[in-house]
Amino acid sequence: MNRRTTLSDVIYYTFVIAFSFLMLYPILWMFGTSFKPETEVFSNAASLIPMDWDWLNYPEGWDGFGGVGFDVFFRNSLFVTGSVVIGSLLSCSIVAYGFARINFRFRKLLFACLISTVLLPIQIILVPQYLLFEQLNWVNTFYPLIVPHFLGGTPFFIFLLIQFIRGIPRELDEAAIIDGCSRFGVFWRIVLPLLKPALVTVAIFAFMWSWDDFLTPLIYLNSVEVQTVSLGLRNFMDAKAGTSWGPLLAMSSLSLLPQFILFLFFQRYLVEGIATTGIK
Amino acid sequence: MKTSETLTEKEITPEFVEKERKRRNLRESLTGYAMISPWLLGFFGLIIGPMIYSFILSFTDYDMLSAPQWTGFSNYVELFTNDPRFIQSLQATFTFVVIAIPLKLAFSLFLALLFNTGRKGSGIFTTIYYVPSIIGGSVAISVVWRQMFGRDGAVNTILDAWGLDTISFFGNSSAAMSILVILIVWQFGAPMIIFLAGLRQIPDDLYEAASVDGAGIVRKFIKVTIPMLTPIIFFNLVMETINGFMTFTQAFLITGGGPRDSTLFYAVYLYEVAFEFLNMGYASAMAWILLVIIGAFTLLIFKSSTFWVHYD
Repeated sequence: MNRRTTLSDVIYYTFVIAFSFLMLYPILWMFGTSFKPETEVFSNAASLIPMDWDWLNYPEGWDGFGGVGFDVFFRNSLFVTGSVVIGSLLSCSIVAYGFARINFRFRKLLFACLISTVLLPIQIILVPQYLLFEQLNWVNTFYPLIVPHFLGGTPFFIFLLIQFIRGIPRELDEAAIIDGCSRFGVFWRIVLPLLKPALVTVAIFAFMWSWDDFLTPLIYLNSVEVQTVSLGLRNFMDAKAGTSWGPLLAMSSLSLLPQFILFLFFQRYLVEGIATTGIK
Repeated sequence: MKTSETLTEKEITPEFVEKERKRRNLRESLTGYAMISPWLLGFFGLIIGPMIYSFILSFTDYDMLSAPQWTGFSNYVELFTNDPRFIQSLQATFTFVVIAIPLKLAFSLFLALLFNTGRKGSGIFTTIYYVPSIIGGSVAISVVWRQMFGRDGAVNTILDAWGLDTISFFGNSSAAMSILVILIVWQFGAPMIIFLAGLRQIPDDLYEAASVDGAGIVRKFIKVTIPMLTPIIFFNLVMETINGFMTFTQAFLITGGGPRDSTLFYAVYLYEVAFEFLNMGYASAMAWILLVIIGAFTLLIFKSSTFWVHYD
């Protein structure tokens, strides 16, 4: 069918493109300004492209402050985020299989508990969890950031995987069991390989959220050597805002780089993951 | 041990079958519990246990230096009768949620409808519009907001260039609230994608039937699209409202709750009470009030949903 009006197309594309620019402006502005010399941050504030390029903002920012550089923060963040991704994949997939396929007692009740925690505000457990981890001497360690994720800490992931497993034909499980496979064997050899697309979605969300997390590091990581990028950047901001916007924005840009790379390669999984949350 | 396959016919009595069935059920149950054990441990150890502890703490005075002192309801009484900052934090949070969430949903629905018209390139544009949802909560974006809305920042430069008055975004209560609202509305990509997925599930024959009945675009929108989309609107409303109540990072970093506590969101005040004033009992009471507020809001949306959410 041919479109009768091209006028509506013109309006549509003009609006959608102009709006894209508006949506991306803060991000482009951040990248652009990270290359501006300090004087230009204000004299040429709104522009996206620097008049003079100052590449030195990056090495200057990388050195951090007080003797601790961003290499430390990035190393910490990569370690924490990597562990969170592994923990989420392992714990959430096996728990999801248990809920989706095995008829144990009180399953319905426990499933209701699981669903109710999806909506539980984190503030309710912030204080008592802190007191617990403090008793365990876990303050200033990565444990409070990592351990909950090895214990199915994001119920949304379990829910996502349960939905996915329900779409895998049960006959596959049953055939394998008749062939003498144990339940764990079925999970490991049959279901896990089929779960790959859903696991990619979980891994990406886990990475994005853990990398971004600010509140947990803020509470638990006081000494500067263990701080993550988000927390390091905040302290860098407190130290440098108003004096060195260039290096500050350079490090801001750099802190988003892993997320941008991941988004570029896996945006389909993210979009589909988000879309399924509302539909099912 | 004999298994059922090696038994002779005589030995398979009804009692035996029953016993065997029970044994299998028990084994199945144990396997199930073994598999969900990581979550069970987390659920009881990191959620239920701490929640009970926090409930008890909310009736005490606890500064982490000496043992908790039982004080009955005094934390709750103090909060509502003698803590203007608490009342202010409630007011700021409600204002924020009531303005930002409907705006965010309106934007996301409007753009989802636009992208559902089947024109080329909608995939690229939805992806672009989704980017802010991914990074909007980061410290980096808070840094950007602080500079862009600063006294001599990008926004004031543009206003000045257009001959408009510059605005002191961090010195003016409603301006400070506005920049946080803008930041949240900017992240409308995630609900937009959910709306778009919902729109694509509406069967074409409904629209065709409406066309046969002589319905125009507006009528189709009101009579088909909106009713079919209500479950999704409902879902987005619940999720976004709950997230709105918990907004922390942006207010904490960009406005720091100011000026004069005008953007002192609930989560920011709770953080201050707990981790800056080390007033753990008082903070626990605040956490429980937040749970009740969020629960009440969710219940309200759920209850009202029977009047406006249409399920097949």
